[in-house]
Amino acid sequence: MDVDKPQESQGRKFHPVYLLLAVPFVALLWVPFYNRIEPSLFGIPFFYWFQMAWTLLGALCILPVYLHEERTRQKDDGK
Amino acid sequence: MNANPVAIVVFLILFLLVACLGFVATRWRKADLHSVHEWGLGGRSFGTIITWFLLGGDLYTAYTFVAVPAAMFATGAIGFFAVPYTILIYPILFLCFPRLWSVAKRHGYVTAADYVKGRFGSRTLALAIALTGIIAIVPYVALQLVGMQVVFAGLGIPSTFAGIPNLPVILAFAVLAAYTYSSGLRGTALTAVVKDLLIYITVLTAIIVIPSALGGYGKVFDSIDPKKLLLAGGSDTSLGATFSYATLALGSALALFLYPHSLTGILSSSSSKAIRKNAILLPAYSLALALLALLGYMALAAGIKAMPEYAAGFAGFGDNFSIPALFLHMFPGWFVGLAFAAIAVGALVPASIMAIASGNLFTRNIYKQFINPDCTDRQEGRAAKLASLSMQIGAVLFVLFFPTSAAIQLQLLGGVWICQTVPAVLVSLYTRWFHPTGVLAGWAAGIISGTAMAWQLSLKGSVYPLHLGDLTIPSYAAVLALVLNFVVAILVTLVMNAVSPNKTDETVPADYHS
Repeated sequence: MDVDKPQESQGRKFHPVYLLLAVPFVALLWVPFYNRIEPSLFGIPFFYWFQMAWTLLGALCILPVYLHEERTRQKDDGK
Repeated sequence: MNANPVAIVVFLILFLLVACLGFVATRWRKADLHSVHEWGLGGRSFGTIITWFLLGGDLYTAYTFVAVPAAMFATGAIGFFAVPYTILIYPILFLCFPRLWSVAKRHGYVTAADYVKGRFGSRTLALAIALTGIIAIVPYVALQLVGMQVVFAGLGIPSTFAGIPNLPVILAFAVLAAYTYSSGLRGTALTAVVKDLLIYITVLTAIIVIPSALGGYGKVFDSIDPKKLLLAGGSDTSLGATFSYATLALGSALALFLYPHSLTGILSSSSSKAIRKNAILLPAYSLALALLALLGYMALAAGIKAMPEYAAGFAGFGDNFSIPALFLHMFPGWFVGLAFAAIAVGALVPASIMAIASGNLFTRNIYKQFINPDCTDRQEGRAAKLASLSMQIGAVLFVLFFPTSAAIQLQLLGGVWICQTVPAVLVSLYTRWFHPTGVLAGWAAGIISGTAMAWQLSLKGSVYPLHLGDLTIPSYAAVLALVLNFVVAILVTLVMNAVSPNKTDETVPADYHS
């Protein structure tokens, strides 16, 4: 079936920067790692501040992938 | 409880202001509001900023703001799963949904079921996806009403006026239904902006004022029962609450953007770039949610449950009353009015999008497919408006005639169901390998097993203790059902692709990148 051809034929090859999108999953789904009180920060147990920090870190993981996509898109348009 | 006149006046002024905005929106970016594209999708015209407000207002609902802190108040650490959940949705949003937006724009799809029909060429599968969405969303709308009831009770507004029970909630929803009907998604987008500003003011004030009144975050955490502060770890015989926590976060994250109201918000944006940008900008709401969740602990530290003036509220609404009580205890009347208006408007925005989304689903995937295939754009738009109106009336009736617990239980089931559309909607964005019959069989297996698990838990929780030999694996039922869903879908696809491969697909790879 020719419809089954992979969509990478669009010239969108896998780039390692996409692995950054997996980082929040590893960090937040490995719960035993952060299920602890110490080190606490301003009296907030690790369990809570670690996850709160990831609201920001998660966005920071997406940013390089976003910039990479914008670059490849501009290149595609320039062709 | 005594009525609080200052709070009520501030509340009513803000609430009416927002309602007026909803009506004014008919004139905003004027267009022919008779068509589904314009009424139900805002003409796919919202840029990054409006999309940010709309999705933020849509995903973080009034009920979330009441129920997440209430879960922390009642059960401790496990309630915090909403935080990893709402972080993990963004890599998924970034990766998958620009593709869905592109293909939807190219082919004029308004709903997820539209896309499934185009991709698989199967009306039955599309109907299954549409029905899952519509059924899952009714209790979600009903819960927004519950959030409002809690706030009205906190203000001391009697729930029965002139002999009519629940009149305040009915009136509030009548306002909502009227502006949704007349201005569609435009009205919702404008009110979402005000809602989010009110929410941010409330949250920032609360997280500064309340901890300092209680002696700092350290004091707050010190006063919490240490057993509540962390999750129970695994042992030789069970993977423990840490595992349930991870599956709750993952399963909820997979499901969230498949809810019709989230998809409507996504599809209404003007470019796939606006969606990718929002995957970076929207986590600001998750931080706000995390800070709000901690208010549950502050309510414990303040000891509000023991205060006689709030006993009636707790008796009526259970732990969902903890946050309104904390605000009443900590703040002057005018700020209570503002905070409660934020919650009540926070109910209007998602409820309105949910009603629009289910109107779109009914019209596009049931009315047009099975009832009136030759309908004009105008008839289609009318059907969507009427369907959304009946959805809102249905939600009000639901709250009037069923106990609150029924809405909570059905919403829990709804999450399990929505998660079963992952193969049809998400996975199919990347591969055409799956056969529609396989996806449909997997969907049925997931829905049936998920419902059975929830039923065995008497609909009281969503963590099912799966026993494998001596080991107990406590997992979110939606995730277990999704695993079964995939197994069945793969097996049936293997057979079907050998017997009668599916060649219908109106989309081409280039449709997914724009």
